[in-house]
Amino acid sequence: MQAFTTVTAIAVPIDMVNVDTDQIIPVRFLPRPRTDPDYKTFLFHDLRLDKDGKERPDFVMNRKPYRSGQIIVADENWGCGSSREGAVWTLVANGIRAVIAPSFGDIHFNNAMKNGMLPVRLSKQDCATLRKQLNDKPGAEITIDLAAQTVTGPDGKSYGFEMDPFAKYRMLNGLDDIDVTMEYEKEFEAFEQRYKKDATWLFAE
Amino acid sequence: MAGPQTMFDKIWNRHVIVQRDDGMCLMYVDRHLLHDGSFHAFTQIRRENRGLRRPKQTFATPDHYTPTTVQRSIDAIEDPKLHEKVAALDQNTREFGVRQFGIDDPNNGIVHVVGPEQGITQPGIFLVCGDSHTSTHGALGAIACGIGASEVAHVMATQCLWQRKPKTMRINIGGKLGFGVTGKDVVLATIGQISTAGGVGHAIEYAGPVIRALTMEGRLTISNMTIEAGSRIGVMAPDDKTIDYVHGRPFAPKGAEWDKAVAYWRTLPSDDGAVFDKEVEVDGSAITPMVTWGNSPEDVIKVTDTVPDPERVANTERRESMRRALDYMGLKPGMPISEVTVDRVFIGSCTNSRIEDLRLAASVVKGRKAVVTAMVSPGSAQVKAAAEAEGLDKIFTDAGFEWRFAGCSMCAGMNGDVLSTGQRSASTSNRNFRGRQGPGTRTHLVSPAMAAAAAVTGKFTDVRRLMEGK
Repeated sequence: MQAFTTVTAIAVPIDMVNVDTDQIIPVRFLPRPRTDPDYKTFLFHDLRLDKDGKERPDFVMNRKPYRSGQIIVADENWGCGSSREGAVWTLVANGIRAVIAPSFGDIHFNNAMKNGMLPVRLSKQDCATLRKQLNDKPGAEITIDLAAQTVTGPDGKSYGFEMDPFAKYRMLNGLDDIDVTMEYEKEFEAFEQRYKKDATWLFAE
Repeated sequence: MAGPQTMFDKIWNRHVIVQRDDGMCLMYVDRHLLHDGSFHAFTQIRRENRGLRRPKQTFATPDHYTPTTVQRSIDAIEDPKLHEKVAALDQNTREFGVRQFGIDDPNNGIVHVVGPEQGITQPGIFLVCGDSHTSTHGALGAIACGIGASEVAHVMATQCLWQRKPKTMRINIGGKLGFGVTGKDVVLATIGQISTAGGVGHAIEYAGPVIRALTMEGRLTISNMTIEAGSRIGVMAPDDKTIDYVHGRPFAPKGAEWDKAVAYWRTLPSDDGAVFDKEVEVDGSAITPMVTWGNSPEDVIKVTDTVPDPERVANTERRESMRRALDYMGLKPGMPISEVTVDRVFIGSCTNSRIEDLRLAASVVKGRKAVVTAMVSPGSAQVKAAAEAEGLDKIFTDAGFEWRFAGCSMCAGMNGDVLSTGQRSASTSNRNFRGRQGPGTRTHLVSPAMAAAAAVTGKFTDVRRLMEGK
């Protein structure tokens, strides 16, 4: 996966709570493989386009400076609902590198990190401040420095964020999870041997 | 010796292979469930030239893409997109040596119905599946959680999963449920109380007299919608009902192994004095049949209530989101929800498609006629057969309902079962998101009893009135 170090990019304010993964990618696109060249077009499909397939000018990601945004600043409970990883794949296909929100759906949060898209938790107030700045000055940029664990807003103000050290290490280095886990081979074998003797009923033929 | 422990702690600790200094735990996965949406992970495993580490601990059943209208065979699926997905699971499970309950298998069904039904889900295990409603299995006293496609591939290749231990939250549901009130109403009322973000970062334990009094079916419905409360995990202490439920199922322990398993399961309930990070009290006696009005499961009211008025809400963000939801749903503030008319009724999904759900709905439907298009999709081939043996299918079809085959059907809307644009449904499923049952469709979440009432009256009639009238 793509490593995440420092990203400076136009940020898009999305002023909605509970943006569920059904909105991010409607279910009818889920049968498609993630390598589908059209994956990009699935993002927020039914919010972005009207029923004739024309762009809705009022949807923020259709507006000029935001179209090339690579960071989203959202509100509470971003990515709640279905476990579909397609929600992350279509964000990534659109060049989104990070989402900043007060809270995330737990599964979506994990899915994001598996794909090099950084989920950043800032307070509700700080997210509201950033969204206001982005709304006031469309095209304004935000910088996220993962090593330093800071977000720097358009006004130059910096905010620290919490980050799981293990996830941080993997994202900074773009490491694949399975390979990391394989390093614990001995521990796995020892655990399983012991566990099989204890929970025998789970391993009966 | 550790102090009093929660059930969640006991099960969690037993499955930790490695705990890193930074708190990340490598967890051993006892059971991994797959479905026909798991094809991304198979593609990844094949591309990376990996195998399945413990195929015997892995089980699969197609459900998301299975049509509910045609006979049960892969060849009978006409839609090429659906055919491809169901055939792919069949092919993948053969290639990697995984036990599949295929579309033509008498044990096929929705993965979260099949797991408990087959005795694959057992107390005390760590179970994962690439579907957010995996929380369902927690009703048996297992830690069960939904994971994404990358994590599915990880579990396939390693039989373990990196997790950070969540905080714990106990939701105590006190009192006694009133007449006509079901597990579905309990979970909707609970989400209405704590919000859809209320459980984020927490593992929930449901406790209290209401949970103890519920059947396994009612409990499964509550654990199922844990994800709608923002939490991936919703456990309940195993008791005699749980143990009786598991006993004798095809993949349940047998003989001396059974006794050993039960002895362990008895140790699982949270110890007296166990401390939870958060405690919530829900008054079960105050719960009535519930109906959602908006686009989030937290947008829920009693059937006796009126549609809420955004102008009375102080929080500007909430007011705005309520306005948007009412506009999408085509509702006006102040109208009694019981007067809202519906176009379609769906009874099914991993939330409410078990035999008790169908019995309850049939008891309301019996002797009445559906006045709108209504369908029932049993949760599994087993549930379907059991319902037919009791004559429930006849009650539904006599009333004009469609009696379908098993699958996720109109809950996920992936198999062709969708509403037409603008249609309003009374649905026993779990999500009322915009467009969930098809673009531009309007979903109201209700219990099977309320869905049956909507079918025979054409609106969100308080089912208690119909039940009293019998």
